[in-house]
Amino acid sequence: MSRPPTYLEGLQRALHSHFENEPKAVILGEDIVDPYGGAFKVTKGLSSSFPDRVFSMPICESSITGMGIGLALRGFKPVVELMFGDFSTLAADQLVNHAAKFPAMYGQGVSLPLVVRTPMGGGRGYGPTHSQSLEKMFLGIPNLSVVSPSLAHDTEKVLTNALNREEPTLFIESKTLYPLPIYKGNKEVSIESLAHKDGYPIAIARNYSPDQKPDLLIIAYGGASLPVLETLEHYKEEEIHCIAAFPANLSSPPLEELATLGALARRIVIADEGHETFSWYSELSHSLQQILFGQLEAPIQHASATCELIPSNFEQETEVILSKAKIEAAATKALEW
Amino acid sequence: MTGESEVFFAKALLIRSFEKELLRRYGLGQFKGTVHTCIGQEACAVGVMAGIDLSKDVVFSAHRAHGHMIAYGCPLDKLAAEVMGKPSGLCSGAGGTQHLHWKNFYTNGIQGGMAPSALGAALAEKLNNSGAIVTIFIGDGTMGQGTVYEAFNISSTLRLPILFVLENNHIAQTTPTNETHASSFCQRAAGFGIDSRSIDGNAPETVAQTVGELAKQIRISNQPAFLELDTTRLGPHSKGDDTRSRQELEEIAKRDPIPRLEKLLPEDQVSQIQESVRTQIESAFEQLN
Ligand SMILES: Cc1ncc(C[n+]2csc(CCOP(=O)(O)OP(=O)(O)O)c2C)c(N)n1
Repeated sequence: MSRPPTYLEGLQRALHSHFENEPKAVILGEDIVDPYGGAFKVTKGLSSSFPDRVFSMPICESSITGMGIGLALRGFKPVVELMFGDFSTLAADQLVNHAAKFPAMYGQGVSLPLVVRTPMGGGRGYGPTHSQSLEKMFLGIPNLSVVSPSLAHDTEKVLTNALNREEPTLFIESKTLYPLPIYKGNKEVSIESLAHKDGYPIAIARNYSPDQKPDLLIIAYGGASLPVLETLEHYKEEEIHCIAAFPANLSSPPLEELATLGALARRIVIADEGHETFSWYSELSHSLQQILFGQLEAPIQHASATCELIPSNFEQETEVILSKAKIEAAATKALEW
Repeated sequence: MTGESEVFFAKALLIRSFEKELLRRYGLGQFKGTVHTCIGQEACAVGVMAGIDLSKDVVFSAHRAHGHMIAYGCPLDKLAAEVMGKPSGLCSGAGGTQHLHWKNFYTNGIQGGMAPSALGAALAEKLNNSGAIVTIFIGDGTMGQGTVYEAFNISSTLRLPILFVLENNHIAQTTPTNETHASSFCQRAAGFGIDSRSIDGNAPETVAQTVGELAKQIRISNQPAFLELDTTRLGPHSKGDDTRSRQELEEIAKRDPIPRLEKLLPEDQVSQIQESVRTQIESAFEQLN
């Protein structure tokens, strides 16, 4: 009864409500109909409840995505599922040259309410082409929102907000987080939600009491939130006061709020699951440095996957992808600067 | 019959004159970027638009779409302003020659990129039970793109009300199509279970009649159809980029649809139409002087 929903269940609920409330809702994807209900089960039950609005598609990510665009142009509220985020490269032309272009290019009140959902991230031994975090390829494209809920978010609310915003949105889910209960906090770590004007809340995690000051701010999103939360729990024992901020809107991060927390902690680590260099963390640390120059005790540190192929072998994969060990190494650097 | 030819001649001449005026102004440096004209292919545009229901059908096209838009009924002044990059244009000058939108008509500058959108629009019309169909224009060069074949497969499988119109002018930018494509386009579409036909695209009467039949069939059956229009690009790809020999150009000029239509009409009617077209072009471009 009191168990919080899992990351996956929140997403399922958001889709069900969308279909219940919105007669123009449709979804297209590969293997999404029951009894299978999608490779990661996000669409489970949907085709049984709404058989005429769930479309099982052939393997052609560009057309599936583009059909969502055509449907959205013509008044529908489509959702597209790409089975693995790695396949987003095949949909890139549709996202970048079509979805992101039409509303601004055609003008005259053309809107494009399209949400393209896809899971990213490693940790499950799927190997080089099924484990990447490629969302950075879609950041910095005008009029394309990139969004991802963390484990400390109400995933139902985040997906519902994406559906309600009625703009082309690439919605990144986390393969490792799907089965986990939403993180509501415990005796080590407390969670709160900071509202933001775009409707995407910033989830805040803290391992000290509100009347104390933080030693360190960690910023992360999506699947990276899990090792960050583990770091906070560990640092509770070490008595390192740590606050973590998980924005959900990656393409337009809430800079002011993050800078305020950064000014308070004076030491910052940014973690993301992408390969290191030319990354979300590098852009964000640049932006924060513009605001916080002179106010920090240490240069902003980062933790990420190394710039290597992600192997299937478990031990080798663990070496490459983001981990608690990498986050703590970056934190140590910031704390000991 | 004269009535129909009169309309086709008037529309084809309007498109031809509009695009010649654009090229003239481009030559004078009045606008930058590019401009793709359909000189020699006007009958395709005029014929197709005469065969569909302009009050509700949805149309997608690509970079060479001025003719399609004019035949669809788009206001000339707004189109002219858009191609010339003016804020008073259809898309406030953001679109230029190849990114156009008016009513149910959409174009974009990525070859083959609109095929998936057209499928989505066709699914929308089917779900709405609107009785409308989607028409998408593609070129022979664009038959190299995978999205086109994905669209054949999906439209056939999902039974979508869509008409693929292939304007085969036998050249893509500077590449002759027989150097890059080895098999019949019609047979390719037919291989996906799509009713496929190939006709002379420079005879608007035939185009209109065939499109009318196919459109009716699509509306009733919710099955896609494919129509190849054999046509001629008499001008360059965009401005001065024609690499074909003079001899080849002279040969294809014999198929120019406009003199052919003109011959079907009495002289006084021809001059009346020419006069009316001149006035329309003048008033369309007046704001841009
Ligand atoms: C994806 C893509 N590749 C290349 C181009 C550049 N390009 C524009 S038109 C064109 C030729 C298209 O040929 P075709 O489809 O036969 O149409 P036509 O120009 O003959 O009307 C090319 C190569 C483009 N716009 N989009």
